[in-house]
Parts: sequence; C-alpha cells; structure tokens
Amino acid sequence: MNNLLRPAISLFVLLSVMTGIVYPLVVTGIAQVTFPEQAGGSLIVKDGKPIGSALIGQSFTDPKYFWGRPSATSPQSYNAAASSGSNQGPLNPALTDAVKGRVDALKAADPTNNNPIPADLVTASASGLDPHISPVAAAYQIARVAKTRGLPLERLTALIAQHTQGRQWGVFGEPRVNVLKLNLALDSMR
Amino acid sequence: MNNHAWLMLGLYLTILLLTVKPLGSYIADVMEGRGFAPRLGGGFEALLYRLCGIRKDEEMGWLKYVFAILIFNVLGVLAVYALQRLQVWLPLNPQSMANVSADSSFNTAISFATNTNWQGYAGESSMSYLTQMLGLTVQNFFSAATGIVVVIALIRGFARHTAKTIGNAWVDLTRITLYVLLPMSLVFAIFLVGQGVIQNFDGYKDVTTIEVTKYDNPKVDAAGQPLKDEKGNAVTAPATTQTQTLAMGPVASQEAIKMLGTNGGGFFNANSAHPYENPTPLANFLQMLAIFLIPAALCFTFGRMVGDTRQGWAVLAAMTLMFVVMAVAAMYFEQQGNPQLGKLGVDMAGGNMEGKEARFGITDSGLFATITTLASCGAVNAMHDSFMPLGGLVPLTSMMLGEVVFGGVGSGLYGMLVFAIMAVFIAGLMIGRTPEYLGKKIEAYEMKMVSIAILVTPLLVLLGTAVAVMVADGIAGIANPGAHGFSEILYAFTSAANNNGSAFAGLSANTPFYNIMTAIAMWFGRFGVIVAVLALAGGLAAKKRIAVSAGTMPTHGALFVTLLIGTVLLVGALNYVPALALGPVIEHLVLFTTH
Repeated sequence: MNNLLRPAISLFVLLSVMTGIVYPLVVTGIAQVTFPEQAGGSLIVKDGKPIGSALIGQSFTDPKYFWGRPSATSPQSYNAAASSGSNQGPLNPALTDAVKGRVDALKAADPTNNNPIPADLVTASASGLDPHISPVAAAYQIARVAKTRGLPLERLTALIAQHTQGRQWGVFGEPRVNVLKLNLALDSMR
Repeated sequence: MNNHAWLMLGLYLTILLLTVKPLGSYIADVMEGRGFAPRLGGGFEALLYRLCGIRKDEEMGWLKYVFAILIFNVLGVLAVYALQRLQVWLPLNPQSMANVSADSSFNTAISFATNTNWQGYAGESSMSYLTQMLGLTVQNFFSAATGIVVVIALIRGFARHTAKTIGNAWVDLTRITLYVLLPMSLVFAIFLVGQGVIQNFDGYKDVTTIEVTKYDNPKVDAAGQPLKDEKGNAVTAPATTQTQTLAMGPVASQEAIKMLGTNGGGFFNANSAHPYENPTPLANFLQMLAIFLIPAALCFTFGRMVGDTRQGWAVLAAMTLMFVVMAVAAMYFEQQGNPQLGKLGVDMAGGNMEGKEARFGITDSGLFATITTLASCGAVNAMHDSFMPLGGLVPLTSMMLGEVVFGGVGSGLYGMLVFAIMAVFIAGLMIGRTPEYLGKKIEAYEMKMVSIAILVTPLLVLLGTAVAVMVADGIAGIANPGAHGFSEILYAFTSAANNNGSAFAGLSANTPFYNIMTAIAMWFGRFGVIVAVLALAGGLAAKKRIAVSAGTMPTHGALFVTLLIGTVLLVGALNYVPALALGPVIEHLVLFTTH
C-alpha cells in the first residue's frame, strides 16, 4: 500500500494542477484573444448599456412585441441565473393547464387568428432561456404585432425573413428567429 | 422521421466512422508509449514520474492495478467533497456561493469520480468557479482516464499470454490524460467558444431588459425557508424586475471534457440545453460527435492491440446497429407530438416541443438523447422528463442495456467485451464445446467475473427503485403524477447505477435520501464492475494462448455480431421488462387510448 500512496497522491496533485488550473487558464487566455465577445457572453449593448445577450432569450408579453418560448425558470421567467425546464410529463395535468393558458393568451391578444398554433410557441423550452422561435411561430404573430403597431403586414413579413437564420451550414439544426434581435429591430423601425 | 432526420443520422455515422481508425490507432500507440506524442512529451512525462516516484517500467499485477485505481479515485472523492464544503472561504467565488450541504457534496463527489455526473444541485446557483474547475473539471478528466485505462488493461489481458502483469496504472493514467484527453479538450474548448460558449471568470452580469417582467416572488421566513400556507402552497407576493442576471464562468473548458470524456455534468442546471453551454446547431453536432468519438475509436484500439482489427470492427458493428435502431425510435416518437395538446388547437406537426430548444428541434434533441444515454454521458440538450412515453423509453432502455453500446469512454468497451465473453459462452453451451475468445479459454473463473460485472448494475437499479417506491422519502421526490412518477424513480436509479447521469429531472433528488441512495448505486455500479473486469484481465493475461482450430467460433463475422446483439438485448430485456411495463408502457397506453 505504501508504495502506492506516494505515487497516487503526487500524481493526483500534479495532474489536478494541469487539468484544473493550467488547462482552464490556457483556454481562457486563448479565448479572450481570439473570441473575446463570445467568451464574455455575446452581450448586446445599446447606448453604452448592456441590454441582453444574443444567446439568451428575454420575456415578452406585450402585444406589440413578438413573444418567445414560454419559460419555466423561477421565480420569474427567463431567469438567466437559474436555468430550468418544466420537467412536466406528457400526461401531467399541469402541462395541459399551462398550455391552455398560453393558447388562451394568444387568442385573447388576437381573436381573429384561426391559424394552427405552432407547438414551440406554447411549450416551455429546455433551458427556460431559449432565444429562438421557429419562423412559423413568428409568422403566426405578424397580424397581432402589425395591428398593435399600425404597421403593414408586408413589412413585418420582410423583417422576419431578414431575421430568419436557416439551418447552420445548410444542414445543422432548425431554421429559427432570434426574438430579442427581432424585437430590437422592430423598435428601431419607423 | 423526415428526410432531415435521416440526413443527420447518416452524416453523424459517416463522420464518426471516419474518425475511428486514425484516433483508435493513435490511442493504441500512446498507450504503448509509441508514436510522436510520447516522443514529444517524453521529457515532461519522465519529470512527472520522477517527482511522483513512479518507475514506469515496473508493471502491476491485477490486484495492485485495482488498488492504484481505487486510491486515485478515492482521492478524487475527497478533493471534490472538500472543495464544496470549503468553497465560501476559497478564491474564485465571485457570487459568494455558500458551502454545499454534506449530503449533496458527498453525492456530487461520488458522482463525478464515477464518471456519472448525476447532478442533484444546480451549477449556477451552488458551485464556485474554483469548485467547478479544480473539483469537477479535474474529475471529468480523471474519471474518463480511469475508464480508458481499465479497458486497456483488459485488452492487455487478451493480448498477453502467461503474463503476471497488465500494465502500470500510473503510466496509463498519465499518458491518456496528457496525450489524448488534454489536447483534444483544448482544441474542442476553443472551437466551442467560437460558437458562443462562454469562458471567463467575471461575476454574473446584470443587463436591463426591454420589457419589465412581472412575477410572483415566493416569501421566505426569517430563516430563509419558503413560507407555505395551510394548504402547503408557497406564499408569494407580486413583483417586477427589469434586470436579467446572466450567469458566467469558465464554461467552455469544462464543456469540452464533459463531452469527450462521456461525463455529462453541466456547468449550468440546464446542461447542454443552456445557450451558453451549447449555443448553435453546429456546436451541438460536434458535442454529439465528441460523446461517441473515443468509445468508437477504442474498438479499433482493441483490434489493433489484440492483433486482429476485424475483432474491433465486429464489436463496433454490433454497437452501431443497436444505436441506429434506438436513434430512429427516439426521433420518431418525439415527432409524433402530444395528443393532449393537439386537442387544445396546437399544431401537432411541430412534434413534442415541451422541454426542447427551438434551435435543435425534434431531430437534434432525439438524436442527442439517444447518444448521451447509450454512451454513459448523461449530458442533455432537451428535458427527458418531458419526452413522450415511448420517446422517454429510448433513453431509459439505452441505459438499461448496461452502457455497452459505445458506452462510457473505456467502460463501454469493457462492458461490451464482458458481453462478448458471455456470448461465446452461450454459443459454447449450445454446441457443447469449451468456449474461447481471442485465443483464451473461457472457464469457471472468467464466467464468475463476467456474471458479477453483468449483474451488479441491474441489482442496484431494481433494489434501489424498489426501496425508493416503498419509503416516504422516496415518494416525496416525485414531480409528475401517475406512472410517470414511477418512471422518474426508475430512471434515477438506472442512470446512477449505470453511471450515466442524465435524469427525469422533475424528481427532487437533492435530499439526503436520494443523495445517499444514488451515491451508493453510482459507486458500486462503477467500481463493482471495474474490480471484476480487472480480475478478469489478470486471469486472462495468465492464460496460455490456444491455437485456432476447426472448433473455434470466429468472432469477427456477422454470426458473432448477431449473437452479441442478442446477448445484450436478452440480458437487458430479462432484467427490466417488468419495470418498464409499470412505467413508460402504461403511460403510453393511457395517453393514446383515453382519447
């Protein structure tokens, strides 16, 4: 045993220093030089003030904005210091209730809209911080936003097209719209 | 399954299989001290050995190898426990995270040392940066290294004959860490930062949001405990905020080894669903690739080291076939969507999006879930608890197969080789011949070790689940009503004993009961198997090699691949079908017959 303890402890300490201190510091150093903005959280700055991150969604409930994915973080939605999904199973009555509430809210804000409701618009995201919705979910909301803001439908359709990211490299992931960026563009429209 | 899903699966397999040979032969070279990397790092390696008093040419018998591995891992448990219990007084804690409770620290220490990375805690609200990097990141490396060196020792058992030793544990651990895990992680981490994964030591950043968020703030009493009314509901007060606090930290460096080492413990609570851990579909694709990279390559390493690469390809073929079936099932069932929500007017074409991210959608979530649970990774990019009943059955059964289909780094292959011995044993019984594998006669001692290695995890899973559903502390953790609640508990013990680490995360597992029960399952599920495998390695190494004869069953053809798959499925099915019938199967029937 004794001839195992010394190598065990010293190797443990030395390799810990390499993998637990040197390695993260080297990654940080290279990251700060090569990708400083990404390493710092891809912040969006407006008038010198950070107003969000391009990667982290925000809560939107005003009819004049496009709404994002429902968020199950607590205590408030889109709490970026406590990511979480709802973890509700498919048969859980709480899930059905929550989705019904969201469907009702969408209908109340735009009673004449009879399109099928996009699934991602009424189901909570995995992280509770999902910055994106599907292009269909954005299109579903055009009539409401246009009416509230008094803007023509075509301008909003064009704005969404402009903010739709296709599959990455044409193959990876799903087409999507960044809700925060879309709403910022909306606010700067005249 | 749409065309895009088939395309993703095909692309994934093509790229994965292209990496097998180069990476596999590189690992074989490194573990034998050959090739450019050991030459390049030889001086540094020698310095390490001198500082540690290691004689690199002094080989170990299997028992000494076991003790070396155990001591090294117990040190890991102690270090991670201590860091969590002392973090408030240690540096790199900008959010002033309090010390973690004793039972949670114990659970996390066992969890990360066993390559499980089950997480009862939420990273961004409980761990300091120092604990994350010096405790958890380090164990991400060490537990991965442990798995790989154990399978290398087992391979040496096959490759050698009439030998007393199976290698030097210190040298093996050092080489795999220095020449394989560290360089690969470094490159992958930088790539991830480029995609948007954060890497900094800043405090959490406050931003001013566009809208004011209204919410119900839970009230707490003087002791900081949440107040409850007489019905047990939380007492809340309406509140508003226009501040969003963005959690920060050295994420990318941990994320890289989390995937490459099939660890799976997220820096944040939402794991690889969190946009700061897995920001883009490309990052997601490479994370999925990183999970299977080393487990697949080790099959080639195995073939090279036993002197017949066809043996490695056969094992890889069995793994690949099972993976494809599982992946197709997961993507198919998730695409179906929830009929409960369809009745509310929700478009079913979108699939089951509860607990999924828009950038990944159904395809990338279903594929990720299959990969992360077949490999004992356990990272998640979607919440498995919210999967459809049969969609959730896929990750559950993937773990129940014993984490041998690719499996954890090293642990997957040693588990699969144990099943291979079982397969030739069954074949031998059928035709009445002494079974042999790779020129080694399989006798009573080998079969005892194989039986222990195969039976220890189902025993832990089923006993653990049985105890938890019988006691109040166990039932108290359930989040979802009905059969799904049982599935949550079954999933927890399956995940812990098989060292996966993913969860039906609704289960409130950060309680003394679950922290201690799952820690027991994780520890014995890991080292119960490792001790048996190393004992097997020692026994095999000591044997003479017998020549191939007309009675030898070839173990590189389609017949053997079929037999191997059959053995894995048979053992898995016999152990778990009754438990599965009580959980996901009932839930599926209820969901689709009452409507």
